[in-house]
Amino acid sequence: MSQALPTPPPRAWHLYRAMVGVGVLCGLLIVTVFLGTRPVIERKRAEALQRAVFQVLPRARSSRSFRRMEGRGFEPVVKGAVGGEVVHAGYDEAGRLVGLAVEASGMGYQDVIQVLYGYDFREQAIVGIRVLASRETPGLGDKIETDPAFLANFVRLDVSVSEDGKRLAHPVEAVKPGAKQHAWQVDGITGATISATAIADMLGRSASRWIPLLRGHLGDFREAS
Amino acid sequence: MAFELDQDGAPGSDEFVKGLWRENPVFVQVLGMCPALAVSNTARNALAMGLATLFVLVMSNVVISSLRRFIPRQVRIATYILVIATFVTVVDYAIQALSLELHKALGAFISLIVVNCLILGRAEAFASRHGVGRSALDGLGMGLGFTLSLFSLGAVREILGNGTLFGLALFHAGFQPWVIMILPGGGFFTLAGWLLLFNAVRERRARAVSLAGEAAQ
Repeated sequence: MSQALPTPPPRAWHLYRAMVGVGVLCGLLIVTVFLGTRPVIERKRAEALQRAVFQVLPRARSSRSFRRMEGRGFEPVVKGAVGGEVVHAGYDEAGRLVGLAVEASGMGYQDVIQVLYGYDFREQAIVGIRVLASRETPGLGDKIETDPAFLANFVRLDVSVSEDGKRLAHPVEAVKPGAKQHAWQVDGITGATISATAIADMLGRSASRWIPLLRGHLGDFREAS
Repeated sequence: MAFELDQDGAPGSDEFVKGLWRENPVFVQVLGMCPALAVSNTARNALAMGLATLFVLVMSNVVISSLRRFIPRQVRIATYILVIATFVTVVDYAIQALSLELHKALGAFISLIVVNCLILGRAEAFASRHGVGRSALDGLGMGLGFTLSLFSLGAVREILGNGTLFGLALFHAGFQPWVIMILPGGGFFTLAGWLLLFNAVRERRARAVSLAGEAAQ
């Protein structure tokens, strides 16, 4: 009767060889693919951002990003630098500043909604909005991106500042669908009340903080043009 | 030094075909349900997730099969995960380079391909015991079976839930979409429908084979 011999335990060298060898090969592959795809991904991200800026600032023909420097206003973003709060300035054909695009975010029905909105400082109004990230319910909550009546709220949403320039003259507020009476109100969406209110709230919060600040530093953006 | 016994022969078409129908990963083995239900709300997302999984499955099968003689049993799972995670990272960068919108739509589910039990299952059950050719065919068949299954789910859900296929409208303007179909519940309904169909066909075939066997006797 034959009996199978027990398999001897592997030597430590074999374990190291397998793990380290495979690890090194995998690392090399990942770094190679990362370096190969990075220029394409960065270019696509920049193009997507520029498309979004042009969408929320319809009169803009070129754009430039600025980082907020604590106590020193805004300075152009240097390529490769990361972190900090960034806003995007839009310029017309003649290089004149036409508005500023700012990111805002807030909790929606399913998850955090992230938007980019355009601020026209001459009209003192939000003149465009684009949803950058949203996981709202398909067919209901995602109407914040597709419903023409809702998007019409942001053709000219009043965010004018008070006389002392430190706060909004009227806070942005959400109202029931069809109940809008003032330029600073946002008509809701039937069936997507929470998502629509979330957009109005995040715009209200962001505009209250950013617009008095941006108006105090418009020179930073003009000089850069 | 071989750590695994080879059970190899010449690559056969069965290695490829079995994943499409007889051992279909979604409709027969019911594996990889997380991405199958989560990202099959449109045909485009389903197809992209299926193809990403197909790529990872084929590549990891090939690499694991090639290295099977050098990977001791004691560290095999850790090594397989390392290989699978590498190809998931590669496919993640590739999708970003192809389409940022698609990458955004698939979200965290691309990274979660690492823990798709289908891929680790094929590595352990097949690639670690067979040659490169058979393992590649196995990965290709299983990956295509997974892709077709996801597409079957995604197409039905998008057509009924949105009235479109790949974004193209299929019905007149008066069509009222069944929103439930693109919500999580719709994934379960559609999966149940396909499982019902698959099982009915398999049972009918088995009965026909059994009757033919009895008649031959």
